[in-house]
Amino acid sequence: MTTVSSGASSPHLHQATSVALVMRRVLVALVPTLIAMFYCYGPGALMQWLWAILVAHAVEALMLRWRGLPLQPHLSDGSAAVTATLFALAMPPWAPWWLTVLGLVFALALVKHAYGGLGHNLFNPAMGGYVFLLLCFPVAMKAWAPIDAGHAAPGWIESLVRLAGGASSMADGYSGATVLEYTRTQLRAMKMLSEITAQPVYGMLGDRNAQWVNVAALLGGLWLLWTGVIRWQIPVAALAALFLTAAAFHLADGDRYASPLLHLFSGATMPGAFFIATDPITAPGTPRGRLVFGAAVGLLIYLIRTFGNYPDGVAFAVLIMNGAAPLIERHTQPRILGAPA
Amino acid sequence: MTLPRHAWRGGVRVPRHKNLSNTEPSRAPPLPARLIYPLRSHIGTAARPVVGPGDRVLKGQCLAEPDSYVSQALHAATSGTVRDILDYPVAPGDVMTASIVIEVDGEDRGIDPWPSLPADADGDAIQRRLTEAGVIGMGGAGFPSHVKVREGLTRTVRTLIINGVECEPYITCDDRLMREHAAEIVAGARWLKRAVNAGECFIAVEEDMPEALAALQAHPAEGVTIGTVPAIYPAGGEKQLIKLLTGREVPSKGLPIQAGVLMHNVATARAVYAAVVEGRPLTSRYVTVTGGMTRPGNWRALIGTPVSHLLQEGGWRGGDQRVIMGGPMMGMALCSLEVPVTKVTNCLLVQEAAPAFLAAMPCIRCGECLRVCPVQLNARALYEYSKAGDLDAAQDLNLFDCIECGACAYVCPSHIPLVGYFRAAKAAIAAAERRQRAAAENRGRYERHQRRQAADQAGSATASPLPAAAGEDREALRAEIAAAVERVRARRAASEPPDGERGGPA
Amino acid sequence: MLPWLLLAILGLAAGLAVTRPARGGRDDAALAEKTERIDALLPQTQCGLCGYHGCRPYAEAVARGEAAIDRCPPGGAATVAALADLLGVEPLPAPVSPPARVAVIDERLCIGCTLCLDACPVDAIVGAPRLMHTVIAALCTGCGLCLPPCPVDCIQLRPVPAARGAG
Repeated sequence: MTTVSSGASSPHLHQATSVALVMRRVLVALVPTLIAMFYCYGPGALMQWLWAILVAHAVEALMLRWRGLPLQPHLSDGSAAVTATLFALAMPPWAPWWLTVLGLVFALALVKHAYGGLGHNLFNPAMGGYVFLLLCFPVAMKAWAPIDAGHAAPGWIESLVRLAGGASSMADGYSGATVLEYTRTQLRAMKMLSEITAQPVYGMLGDRNAQWVNVAALLGGLWLLWTGVIRWQIPVAALAALFLTAAAFHLADGDRYASPLLHLFSGATMPGAFFIATDPITAPGTPRGRLVFGAAVGLLIYLIRTFGNYPDGVAFAVLIMNGAAPLIERHTQPRILGAPA
Repeated sequence: MTLPRHAWRGGVRVPRHKNLSNTEPSRAPPLPARLIYPLRSHIGTAARPVVGPGDRVLKGQCLAEPDSYVSQALHAATSGTVRDILDYPVAPGDVMTASIVIEVDGEDRGIDPWPSLPADADGDAIQRRLTEAGVIGMGGAGFPSHVKVREGLTRTVRTLIINGVECEPYITCDDRLMREHAAEIVAGARWLKRAVNAGECFIAVEEDMPEALAALQAHPAEGVTIGTVPAIYPAGGEKQLIKLLTGREVPSKGLPIQAGVLMHNVATARAVYAAVVEGRPLTSRYVTVTGGMTRPGNWRALIGTPVSHLLQEGGWRGGDQRVIMGGPMMGMALCSLEVPVTKVTNCLLVQEAAPAFLAAMPCIRCGECLRVCPVQLNARALYEYSKAGDLDAAQDLNLFDCIECGACAYVCPSHIPLVGYFRAAKAAIAAAERRQRAAAENRGRYERHQRRQAADQAGSATASPLPAAAGEDREALRAEIAAAVERVRARRAASEPPDGERGGPA
Repeated sequence: MLPWLLLAILGLAAGLAVTRPARGGRDDAALAEKTERIDALLPQTQCGLCGYHGCRPYAEAVARGEAAIDRCPPGGAATVAALADLLGVEPLPAPVSPPARVAVIDERLCIGCTLCLDACPVDAIVGAPRLMHTVIAALCTGCGLCLPPCPVDCIQLRPVPAARGAG
């Protein structure tokens, strides 16, 4: 193995950028989404996030110690904070504390460090941890918003009690369903889409709650695009593929297939397109590869939501395509200057 | 008239730092105490000296002649005495190189210039004059100009490009040269155009060099188009500028002439004018001396001047700052400051503050290196293969098309010295090829050796080039060897009596 | 029943295809070609450190499957890796490469016996009877085979100067 030390070779100038700066910008871009989560789901969302940050850094520090790596600069590179934030956004806001611990240990210890740590993981750690929980604790992972608008979101004290595991999350009205799941179960019960969408769980764009989270994620994502932290190919391809597929099905049978707008602004579409699918470590790096990757993610999101068994397909779609990313990159190498035509 | 602009991908905008050195007119430094002329430059074969130690030389006198087709002549830049021809450290890397060292006498007496070529001189005459005057590419690669002209004489040149696109930060020597000698550059361009019978001629400068552009445009010439290109690094790279201006691509591992293009630097164009019209060989050039010093600017430096001389004139008081020869993107940090300015030295940069080199973090595969690569190489994958030593895979991804411009490492958020890895991989491949060639040669000699020995044993004396082994009587030979061994033993015993280890043969 | 039978036949065929030795493995022409390709990967120092008299005999032994691929010290890890790649076997730990050396003849002592000329496998020594011999450093592989025959011990192996190879 060859090692070249920094500063030994040209260039002797460097852009003011660093891994920590990139991660910090991603975190800043996630602030609107966090605020939207707080607005829609109450203090539980914030507590869940704080808890995840704490746990993620503890796990990351332990793993670094175990691997014999210095805590500086690896712990402060911000990658654990980004993983924790994305993970917390995916978690139901009233999940008990141990669920978050389990998910983050899986995400960081197995999905990230077992593969070689930052930069070497094949799969997105946050989504890996989330899917692990989804498969092992399916009921607890459905503790989302109450389905009827009569319930107010739990307050600070109640959220804290729930996080501490003091109340069974599935015993009462909080074991609600998201609009995507509700739509699907109702459609399978042979109801018409027009009846279903009259329910109060629907908002202007999509899910009454998740639409605001999606709008916030869209804003944060646009800012990331503007600062150049992410590039346009993956989000544009993913959203376009999702929109076009949904539109085609919706036009063919508007009573059985939800509108493309609902798909764009429900579930984790926007966070997925701008923050999760764009994770550079687990996506192809070539421009054409990113288009292919994004389009496949968008298509898979629709297929899993509509025909699969899980309410939202973002995590699965991204993980499936993560596995295909090296292959996609290999077959989408750009044509170099001067290559034979 | 403006220059055509074709699509070109990659590149990065870098802070320019140009007005640190380009606001003042160029200055001539006082004569240095000695001048050093390395016989070998990094392209082609070494020059053959035609002077010896003790010879008096005059300004413009030839010191060394080209030893082959791809080689350059060297001329004294001022009068003095040849002190010696010896190994001297030369940049980059302080490689000890046979060099002519001249003790300057300070009188600056010169020989008469050659007569200028007639206005109707043909390409062959121009080519001979450029060979004689030691004109080589002054943009950095140092390719002998007469070789390029020869290429243009034998093949069709659709476009001649005079490259004033000084895209590296800090460097302003071409900028100042264009402002101060625009007429000569345009005239030199016309001579080159005529020499190779080029269809069109472009002189390109960067968008943010308005003064240089105005100076050039003050000398309009028939068939010469002067214009600007975007100030994106590295738009001045040979293949990049050709793509930008003509839309044609130089084939991978190929030469510009294969795209119907010849390219010369603006300083080379001026040197062509000086050689052809003024009859003067190439003995000085503009050098930007900039960075952390009191008087940054451009110097009309004699070729062979020690770097330390220019740094002192620039007001650098020394210290632990790094001195870089060339620009900050592609230049090399100097170890010794006694290395001479050569015909390709465009800049000496004293880095103002020791750069805070952060430890490289793991690659987060962000793909920015791919985005800025002016050759569209997958720098990220190349880095992984180079680091892992998978050199075949790196070559499959076109490692050798990397121009080492440094754009990838410049934008890398993980601060990985990508160019260093690519250079190391290229060197490892070259070493492996050398080993492979050596093995093939060894094998050839071994097989001949075997055949010869077989022939000897078969008693065929005619096949043996070694009559001693086969032709003479072996007994006599053995006796002769024994006698010789005795003599050696006696001599050894006399000269080194205590040496018991290395006595006689067992 | 038929699908099972088909599957069994397919499996058998695949198994045979995988386990069958390389095509023409016992064939003389194939062996010669294999030897040739192995020989091309060896450094051709002819030093005999592998225990065979030169690179070619070692290549033949490897081709016949009689010698392991880790016997060539001058080739080091690169040669082991290349051989493992060519033969489709697992790479073995590489032998320690001797430092690059070059033979030097002490001109004061050389008696011009020509014995080393015969010993040098790659003709890197020039000389004539009763005249001083000298080693062409650029051609010398540092194998040391010229040392034993010298009656006056005037040949030494010296480390290769670091700068060599840069030019």
